[in-house]
Amino acid sequence: MTAIPLEHILILASILFLIGFVGVIVRKNALFILMSLEVMLNATGVAFIGAGSVWQQADGQVMFMLILTLAAAEVAVGLALLIRMKHQYRSLDIDVLSDLKGQ
Amino acid sequence: MNFSPIVTMFYLAALIAIVASIKVVTRKNTVHALLYLVISLIAVAVCFYLMGAPFAAGLEVIVYAGAILVLFVFAIMLFGLREDETQYAPSHHGISMWFGPVTLALVLLAQLLYTINHQGIQQQLSATVIDSKQVGILLYGPYLLAVEIASFLLLSGLIAAYHFAKDVTHGGQQ
Amino acid sequence: MMILAWLPFYPLISFALLIAFQRQLSWKLASVISVTTVLLSALSSGYLMWQLSFNDVTTLSVNLWQWFTLTSFDTGDTHQVNIAFYLDRLSAVMVCVVSGVGFLIHCFAAAYMKEDPHFHRFMAYMNLFLVAMLLLVLADNLVLLYLGWEGVGLCSFLLIGFWYKVPENAAAARKAFIITRIGDTALVIGLLFLFTSLNSLEINTLNTLAQGEWPLTEQRTFWITILLLGGAVGKSAQLPLQTWLPDAMAGPTPVSALIHAATMVTAGVYLIARMHHVFIQSPEVMTLIAWIGVLTLLIAGITALVQSDIKRILAYSTMSQIGYMMLALGAGAWSASVFHLMIHAFFKALLFLTAGAVIYALHHQQNIFKMGGLLKRLPVESAFFIVGLACLVALPGTSGFFSKEAIIGHLWQSPTAGPIFWWLAIIGALITSIYSCRLFFLAFMGSARENISIVKSDGVLIKASLSLLVILSLFGGWLNIDLTTVFQPLTTQVMKQEPSWLHSVAVATPFIGIAFSWWIFREYRLGNSTKIAQSYQSIQTNRVKRWCYSGLGFDSLYTHLVVTPFMFIAKVNRKDLIDQLVMLCAWYAKLLRDVAASLQNGLLRWYAAAFACGLMLWLGAWLV
Repeated sequence: MTAIPLEHILILASILFLIGFVGVIVRKNALFILMSLEVMLNATGVAFIGAGSVWQQADGQVMFMLILTLAAAEVAVGLALLIRMKHQYRSLDIDVLSDLKGQ
Repeated sequence: MNFSPIVTMFYLAALIAIVASIKVVTRKNTVHALLYLVISLIAVAVCFYLMGAPFAAGLEVIVYAGAILVLFVFAIMLFGLREDETQYAPSHHGISMWFGPVTLALVLLAQLLYTINHQGIQQQLSATVIDSKQVGILLYGPYLLAVEIASFLLLSGLIAAYHFAKDVTHGGQQ
Repeated sequence: MMILAWLPFYPLISFALLIAFQRQLSWKLASVISVTTVLLSALSSGYLMWQLSFNDVTTLSVNLWQWFTLTSFDTGDTHQVNIAFYLDRLSAVMVCVVSGVGFLIHCFAAAYMKEDPHFHRFMAYMNLFLVAMLLLVLADNLVLLYLGWEGVGLCSFLLIGFWYKVPENAAAARKAFIITRIGDTALVIGLLFLFTSLNSLEINTLNTLAQGEWPLTEQRTFWITILLLGGAVGKSAQLPLQTWLPDAMAGPTPVSALIHAATMVTAGVYLIARMHHVFIQSPEVMTLIAWIGVLTLLIAGITALVQSDIKRILAYSTMSQIGYMMLALGAGAWSASVFHLMIHAFFKALLFLTAGAVIYALHHQQNIFKMGGLLKRLPVESAFFIVGLACLVALPGTSGFFSKEAIIGHLWQSPTAGPIFWWLAIIGALITSIYSCRLFFLAFMGSARENISIVKSDGVLIKASLSLLVILSLFGGWLNIDLTTVFQPLTTQVMKQEPSWLHSVAVATPFIGIAFSWWIFREYRLGNSTKIAQSYQSIQTNRVKRWCYSGLGFDSLYTHLVVTPFMFIAKVNRKDLIDQLVMLCAWYAKLLRDVAASLQNGLLRWYAAAFACGLMLWLGAWLV
């Protein structure tokens, strides 16, 4: 049982998550979107670790490690895609990728 | 409200993490944003440490701040800073550009040193710490399947990254 | 039984064959098929009539198959509507008239329409017309009757507009269809009303009910009968809906004969006669029928006085004769009405077909002011025509005399009619004799005003069918049909004193008319061509004559009263308000589509935001 109250840990996690999410929504640069995603994933990690330490269980850290691997794989694939996008469109503007709109 | 030193340390680190995250989102220059992201991650690592998870804190620094962000740096280098990024690139390498990250990093360093040297904090932490042994037992016990899946995920990430990043004009069409 | 069951369907076979093979059948084969099938119907109806008259059978009925089941709203009782035929004396007379006269008309038509390129289509329509009419007459229930009723309406539309490439003909066909449609709508509403009130549409059940305890209130009966009367008025071209009949002359002459003489226009009379037990329950409506009849016969007679087209004169005279039938129905003289219906079918078919033969001989000249002197040039046709007119005028000895006297004789004492109707009917008879004389003097006496060669028709069929009709017209009055088993006399006989001079006046009336016209139309009789041309001019110049010529202005009245406002509304509502309301749904759908389409804008960040909003809503709902 840590001295830090669980509510505060969760508030921190939510604030970080929110910042990341706002970043995802407002930034047009795909690289910034990826970074914001990292911030969001990190925030979930905070929540897991916090819960694990409050209840004195190791599961929180296990979850954090899984998130870590997820983040690593995601960044690898995402960056590869960005490189490809840069080649193809000569831009990292995410709004260029609007083929789904039709027409 | 009772502000014990460990809680105060946590709030400080959390504040740094939030500020650094905001900076990540609002910066125009990619490299600067990346610097702030490193700060944010390290601040979160300090939080982890204060929450009694030193193993996680270490992983955070090594894998996140170390490996993943290096990946970002490589990618940015591959993109090149010629086109849309150049206008945001610093025109002079004055103090203003690195002042923010360095200040935050120094605060974190001070925090870390203070925490390690503070007797009361160390005692409190050693009572609640969950060490890597416990994590290891759990990881290779009930979570074995998850570990396998994670390894598959990494492998597929590797293959996908290789495939996507391959230059189509040279290697992709054979 | 099989004879009765097959009776209406012979012409249907012919219709199917003619429609299916069209031109592949030669004229001879096609006419043989169509005429023979009608002959089969006529023979079987004659046989059935003989059975009914001389055996002790009073009714025959045959149930072919179940058509559908009606369920009452209130009680949930089911009522089966069958394809079933019912034959009693009344329907037997009608069947005989329809198929017999129909057969003669078919014979005539086969010769008359020989040169027409669409001969097969024409004969097919005629056959279908007969099928529908026979169904109407034989129907066991009112639903089947209505089927025949509508079938007759459809066929009359097709036949009047047979030469549809002439715009006037198409317009006349439309007019006939639309105006009779008004009556048909009234009829169908009446039928539904009847069904909801009594839970039955079988004619026998209804009549039995009406003879016993009549379960409906007076007001209900009034509305039901008045709606049925509306249907009859539309079909029989009586007062408010009479304007379609003269325009229906646009069709080929056999059509006019078939529509006017034997079949369609008598349908209304038949309907009222069939349902007379119900009508008896509502004396006000009976009086109304009598008024309609008497007014129609006067208006039609006055209009016929100034017409110039031979077929239109005959059409107006048909209207007036049907007015007599209606008058008889209104007065409760059922059998007199049906008797007149039969006799009228004979002599009016004769008149129309003879007129057709005359028109054919004169190169399709229908204007009587341009004929003249036909007595010498077409002696046989003239003789036929004289017979027909004698019947129409009701000269003593002819069949028309018997039937018309029967009607007029009933009027004075009838509880629902009275002396005033008697006087009006006598005036009508007077007018009838005057316009008949005018027609005869103008067309047949004097000298030829236009020097055109006579087209000799060598059709044996034409002559034969006309001769048969002449015999029927002359001696049809001796066919004594006993309809007392069908009809119930009006019970409440008011015994009024009947003056002794009544019958002598009625008999003398035609002679007065003839003498009067002998004097007043002497110029026509002598063939004074300048006078005739003058009077032809005066139809257009003289205001009163022009008003009479246009059928007492009913057409223009309806144009101003109904057509113009309707066209105005149609013009105002060009964009169709209801349609706009319906389109509002489409507009909303389009709006939704636009909203949905704007969501799908291809912007990744927009999608992410929508995703987050949805998640937050969901989470919020879950937490609350």
